[in-house]
Amino acid sequence: MTGAYIWGIILALGIGTYLIRFSFLGLIGSKNLPEWVLRHMRYTAVAVLPGLVAPLVLWPAATGGQVDPARLCAALVTFGVGILTRNVIAAIVLGAATLLGMIWLTGSV
Amino acid sequence: MSGATPKSSYWAGFREGLPFLLVVMPFGLLFGVVATEAGFTAVQTMAFSSVVFAGASQFAALQLMVEDAPTLIVLVTALAVNLRMAMYSASLAVWLGDAPLWQRALVAYVNVDQSYAVSINRYEDRPDMTLPNRIAFFFGAVTPVCPMWVVATGLGIWLGDTIPEWMALDFAVPICFLAIMAPMMRTLAHMLAAVTSIVVALVLAGLPFNLGLLAAAVAAMMVGAQVELQMSRRAAA
Repeated sequence: MTGAYIWGIILALGIGTYLIRFSFLGLIGSKNLPEWVLRHMRYTAVAVLPGLVAPLVLWPAATGGQVDPARLCAALVTFGVGILTRNVIAAIVLGAATLLGMIWLTGSV
Repeated sequence: MSGATPKSSYWAGFREGLPFLLVVMPFGLLFGVVATEAGFTAVQTMAFSSVVFAGASQFAALQLMVEDAPTLIVLVTALAVNLRMAMYSASLAVWLGDAPLWQRALVAYVNVDQSYAVSINRYEDRPDMTLPNRIAFFFGAVTPVCPMWVVATGLGIWLGDTIPEWMALDFAVPICFLAIMAPMMRTLAHMLAAVTSIVVALVLAGLPFNLGLLAAAVAAMMVGAQVELQMSRRAAA
């Protein structure tokens, strides 16, 4: 990664994110955005994050792209705890504990 | 609420924002660690957290940058993660739209998941709140959280090298994402959108420039919107 690549992304992402946050607050007449646009926007986060994570969970780089039981179990526990408790910290702690426990049991990183 | 002043509203917001430190501190710390691991300098990592100021998109961008994705792909994907904040902006505008421009400009900078959620709850609970009190409450809610995001990133940079290999830090990012995503599964529409995203992303994983992920995101948004539409029609019928 070159410095120009990193700085370019930091600046462009910073400006873009700010404009998204400012958008409607900045130009008050906001409420008249068409309903279908708002409806799609409600799903942006759940549309991007799962697709980003799925390959990282199934084919982790650390095991050369092979399915790894420790990482797969950790992912399922994290997501399951998150859904059941709606508690982000509990999900992270139990997911990480599962990962470290499985790595310790199977003796591979 | 009668007798509330901007000052008392500020501290009310501060108290409501305080618990979110428990979420923000570990995330910020982890970002510092992972970015350093990926080869960012300390200055770049700190700039990333303070300029972009949006955890999930920072992790998303970082992941793609490690995979050497083209700049445009990194930007489009990370901005898509942040697009939900346009929703926050729209719903805050209803309550804060009459504030002076400089205040709205500042609110926008610290318009994050936590401050939005806490504030919108308060505004809806107490519709008679005055505008200065609403603004004060919002800034109160961000005071504990936002500076600590940057501080935690700094701590992560400092800790970076001391983390041993058995801790399998490579998997910290997926675990974080999964933990952020899980509470978002509020309705059937959200779940089906997530499933669509996973299936399309895996099937198209071989496409160059992570185009598969973009296709997955577009398809998933359409599925989410369609399911919502069908469900509300059914509820109305």
